[in-house]
Amino acid sequence: MSFEAFLIVAAILFCIGLFGALARRNVLVVLMSIELMFNAVNVTLVAMAKYLAPAALQDDISSVLTGQVFAVFIVTVAAAEIALGLGIVFAMYRTNESVDLTEATQLRH
Amino acid sequence: MITEALIWAIFLLPLGSFAFSALVVRPFFNRYSLVSGIVTIGALGTAFAFSIWTLRSVIVHHDLNFEPIEWLEVGGATIEMGLLIDPLTAIMLVVVTGVSLLVQSYSLGYMEGDKSFCRYYSYMSLFTAAMLGLVLASNIIQLYVFWELVGVSSYLLIGFWHERPAAAAAAKKAFIITRIGDVGFLIAILYLFAKADEFAAAGLNAFHIPDIWQAAQPEAALGAVLGGTALTWLALGIFAGAAGKSGQFPLHAWLPDAMEGPTPVSALIHAATMVAAGVFLVARFFPVFEHSADAMMVVALVGAFTAVFAATMGLVMNDIKRVMAYSTISQLGYMMAALGLGLYAPAIFHLVTHAAFKALLFLGAGSVNHATGTFDMRYMGGLRRVMPVTYVLVLMSGLSLVGIIPLAGFWSKDEILLGAWDGSSVLDTWVNRVTFSALLAGVIMTAFYTIRMIILTFHGEFRGGVETELMEKAQTVPAGAADHGGVHLHESPLVMVLPMVVLGIAAVALGYLANPQWDMGIPKHWITGFLADGLGAALGLEGHGEALEFSWWMALVSTGAALAGVLLALVIYLRRKGKGADPLEHAGPLHTLLAQKYYVDTLYEDVIVRKGFFKVIAGTLDWIDRNLVDGIVDLIGWFFRNIGSAIGKFQTGQVQAYATGIAFGILAIILALLLAQ
Repeated sequence: MSFEAFLIVAAILFCIGLFGALARRNVLVVLMSIELMFNAVNVTLVAMAKYLAPAALQDDISSVLTGQVFAVFIVTVAAAEIALGLGIVFAMYRTNESVDLTEATQLRH
Repeated sequence: MITEALIWAIFLLPLGSFAFSALVVRPFFNRYSLVSGIVTIGALGTAFAFSIWTLRSVIVHHDLNFEPIEWLEVGGATIEMGLLIDPLTAIMLVVVTGVSLLVQSYSLGYMEGDKSFCRYYSYMSLFTAAMLGLVLASNIIQLYVFWELVGVSSYLLIGFWHERPAAAAAAKKAFIITRIGDVGFLIAILYLFAKADEFAAAGLNAFHIPDIWQAAQPEAALGAVLGGTALTWLALGIFAGAAGKSGQFPLHAWLPDAMEGPTPVSALIHAATMVAAGVFLVARFFPVFEHSADAMMVVALVGAFTAVFAATMGLVMNDIKRVMAYSTISQLGYMMAALGLGLYAPAIFHLVTHAAFKALLFLGAGSVNHATGTFDMRYMGGLRRVMPVTYVLVLMSGLSLVGIIPLAGFWSKDEILLGAWDGSSVLDTWVNRVTFSALLAGVIMTAFYTIRMIILTFHGEFRGGVETELMEKAQTVPAGAADHGGVHLHESPLVMVLPMVVLGIAAVALGYLANPQWDMGIPKHWITGFLADGLGAALGLEGHGEALEFSWWMALVSTGAALAGVLLALVIYLRRKGKGADPLEHAGPLHTLLAQKYYVDTLYEDVIVRKGFFKVIAGTLDWIDRNLVDGIVDLIGWFFRNIGSAIGKFQTGQVQAYATGIAFGILAIILALLLAQ
């Protein structure tokens, strides 16, 4: 498998996530789409860690691990973010009786 | 010989009395305001004594030279302050302090009980100090400072009774009109400033007055710094300032209105000293003027025209002070014409005698006002019986003004007429002839209006004074009347009469004392010779203009002209009984034209100010302000108001819309970065 294949997959994933985040009205779907974009980035990071580390440093484990550690970091942050996001969705549902994003315009002006 | 410090004291004493009256007496001791009058009179008395001493020192030692003090350095030009003591200064010092002293004493009686007594004396001291500073100045900038200060104090004193709208308006008018002339003077000074480097190259200081004289001399060693057309324009600029101050046509309109001020003010400022400052200024720069034939011609013609022009208006005025005001303008015209013809010394001689007899005439008018409460001669008459001393004094000064031999006015006027007949060699013949004819015509008119004034005021029956005037005009405040309301016919108090007697002696005797035509203990032609020598010495020349020999036939001609005017007035006015219309009104439209002052005021106020300034200039500026300036401001406001609501439309509250914007924005940035590489 080549490095480009990883990047292409990641790009496709990112675009699907972006489309979902921008086009869907349901907040839950939007949150899921954001999750997709995170993971597209994760894929890229891991692929880069594997392919782009300089040959001289291949033996140095820390240089190879950098990208992977970042990916784990993002997974953690994403989990926290989802927890927070779901809390907002609940609050939104209580006030709006719906989870439709287009109706959540109270903060305008 | 007098020291420099004492000459400075002549100027500083009135200034000190001004400061004392204005800063100490008025704020703290206004109840004892009489103190300010006494302090002023004391200061002026001392200054007068020092002035006499200065004059004596100048006579004995000729020129007194004092080193000027350096004041400022602007670029290459050094501005100094100093004293210029020559015969002209010495004579002016005596005239100014002398007349001022007498007028201040008179004011003790005239202004008694005025609630602003102290303010009056502080202004009068300020004026006298400024006038003395003007006379003493050795530097044109210094002179200009005092020139303006004199204008300010004149403004303050004309508007002294500022609660009367007419006085406030007259003060404003005087200030604005003289300012128009002062622009010319200022431009002349700026021209000198521009030439400062050329002056410095010739070893001269562009602002030092004797250096300016030297610069105008064509025979100067280094060649004239000033010359040709530039010299003419410089002289005309100075003359513009002089014309404004001295009320020469067309800037004469302020002087008659200035009569709104207290009468002693009119006597001191608008008859004897300040208005003569214009004549003094031209005389001061006479060595510059005389090298420009064109400038001399303008001065002579303007002076001669003013002499006749003002005299004609004086013929028909009903207000006693206005008759005198026009007479003053006319006499100043004589002095200017004399200067224009190169008669430097006779002009100053006439200035001196005029200061005496015209100040006395005004004080007489004040005295009459004291008794009748009005200035309108139609409500006077018959006063010679109740005010014999005033009558005799006014009659003497009036005849002196007319030029009846042997009173002072005769000698000075005769000198001018004689010089005008001989003419000036630098001017065209027709200018000499026109000037002489105008001045001679002026003599007839002067005689007529003076006698008319005296008859209307002092002869015939008393016509009721201010009370009748109020009744007939049905108004509450008498026009032009001071706050000496009420008629109480009696001679004025001694404190007013005494200064008038002293001036009366001067008005009678000054002619022989200053300029005897024959040797009588005092050298023949003393004052003219003294002035001419002073001018010659300043320029390093021997003798400057020969003194004019007395001529019997010229005396006959001028006396004949004067007597013709006197007789005409006697015939017309003495026969008149009761209070019918003025006989001159039979002249119909001509009388109206004169009574309306040739419509010059109408021209200035209605046409130039209202139509010209208000409508055209102010109207245009108003339109520009409303439409252009306000339009731009409004447009900017409108733009931001509307751009706000337009941009507000993007603020939908839709999270996804914002996110779309961010996503495409980032995309655009990335694309741009890639394309830029």
